[in-house]
Amino acid sequence: MATARGWVSPSVLPGFGLTLGFAGLFLTFIVLIPLAALIIRAGSLPLDEFWRIATEPRALASYRLTFGASFLAACVNAVFGFIIAWTLVRYDFPGRRLVDAIIDLPFALPTAVSGIALATVFAPNGWLGVQLERIGVQVAYTWVGVVVALTLIGLPFVVRSVQPALEEVDVSIEEAAESLGASRWTVFRRVILPTVMPALATGFTLALARAIGEYGSVIFIAGNLPMLTEITPLLIVIKLEQYDYLGAAALGLVMLLVSFVMLLSINAINGWRIRRVAGRR
Amino acid sequence: MAASDHLVRRQQNPVARVILIALSVLFLSAILIMPVVSVLAYAFSEGLPVYLEALRAPDTLAAIRLTLTTAAIVVPVNTIFGVAAAWAIAKFDFRGKQILITLIDLPFSVSPVIAGLVFVLLFGAQGWFGPWLRDEGIQVVYALPGIVLATMLVTFPYVARELIPVMQMQGREAEEAAVSLGAGGWMTFFRVTLPSIRWGLLYGIILCNARAMGEFGAVAVVSGHIRGLTTTMPLQAQVLYDEYDLVGAFAVASLLMLLALLTLVLKSVIEALSARRRRV
Repeated sequence: MATARGWVSPSVLPGFGLTLGFAGLFLTFIVLIPLAALIIRAGSLPLDEFWRIATEPRALASYRLTFGASFLAACVNAVFGFIIAWTLVRYDFPGRRLVDAIIDLPFALPTAVSGIALATVFAPNGWLGVQLERIGVQVAYTWVGVVVALTLIGLPFVVRSVQPALEEVDVSIEEAAESLGASRWTVFRRVILPTVMPALATGFTLALARAIGEYGSVIFIAGNLPMLTEITPLLIVIKLEQYDYLGAAALGLVMLLVSFVMLLSINAINGWRIRRVAGRR
Repeated sequence: MAASDHLVRRQQNPVARVILIALSVLFLSAILIMPVVSVLAYAFSEGLPVYLEALRAPDTLAAIRLTLTTAAIVVPVNTIFGVAAAWAIAKFDFRGKQILITLIDLPFSVSPVIAGLVFVLLFGAQGWFGPWLRDEGIQVVYALPGIVLATMLVTFPYVARELIPVMQMQGREAEEAAVSLGAGGWMTFFRVTLPSIRWGLLYGIILCNARAMGEFGAVAVVSGHIRGLTTTMPLQAQVLYDEYDLVGAFAVASLLMLLALLTLVLKSVIEALSARRRRV
């Protein structure tokens, strides 16, 4: 049945038309048409009007917070995610299996739960908030709180990207370098880091991409003051609640374009990784 | 992205070892363990009877029902989609396959708020189909259909994403043999394909279910927060939290956390089972 079509290789297996047709139709109705609706809706605005909405001070302040906090959180995760992955791969200690298992918790935990939990723990009267208050640090209801929430969300991406790469590091090369007189730090910088770098870059970008779109875990701890602690996804929700569909669509399009850029970067980094691995073999 | 047991053994610097383990544990305690423990601490802060009472509140029961209903619709539909997409992608060669895979992954990189927004733009009062839906008396946004659609978009890739690599690794020979021996398409799928993909399938379904029940952002946009009617469990936790009903909010949150922990346990069990099968 499939032989009549030039774009599909012949196969004796049945069901190509049925499965591809169903999958394609479902994809079109649930994903493609709705996303196209957003693009068309925002695109129906005159360009100067779109530009005015997308660059009004409140929107600009929200981009600064969303992208700035996401970037900071991804950096924190790159450092601590690397340390945690290293600890899990190189050291045996009591509770190692448990630590390994809870790394995935942010993947499984509903964002609203991590949101209200973080807000409570870091609130001025919360378990950690009280301690931090003493040293003059306020986390809840400031941009720091946003970074904390985004760090929680992004952590597993870095650990789970770096962990397998660290397992691949050839210990005999490390030992060879050391026997030739290289210090631990030199070995880390010249042997381990270059091998793990592509995986770290992937983890960083995945964490960053996830953080930029995040809503649920942020809004409870952020305080949500316009111009100060208001993330872009929240600004979209506020515009929708005021029935400002066009304003929401314009900001939505900005977010969607950023998502596409992130998706392309992730694919590019993966391509770089595959080429490097292929080059080494 | 699976957890692994692999431990690289080599000579270690004891000082670095202690510092790095301590840093890891401290970081995870502050950012993960404390918040999780706090959910339970607040949920049970006034004792078990108050906790159970909070869960029996009519609005909370309605929220649990709505969440279960939504998952009961979304998960099977996305499972059928995932199996169909994986069959077409893994068992056939056609042009545009890579584009299809990228499009299936698309919802992973879209903000949940955008996933809700698009359906408001389509079906909301001022949406494209808004006036027509109002004339017909059909409510999509601020009702169950909107919640289901937004959840479906967000959880769309989960099953397909798990199945595609599993089915690609499995190859086509077994199915081709079955078909050339005269088995029909359905028989081939149920007797040859399904037994070898069942762990991957189960894994995808569990992840899809966890996300479907826990989704917040996308559902918050289309729900309208009508208490007892359109608040799912995560939204109910938010409503109660905003009303300073901490026991109520954390009681709902504790159920969602239980779901997350259960998901992680099932995930490790499945990983262990499929690893054992591979070794045999």
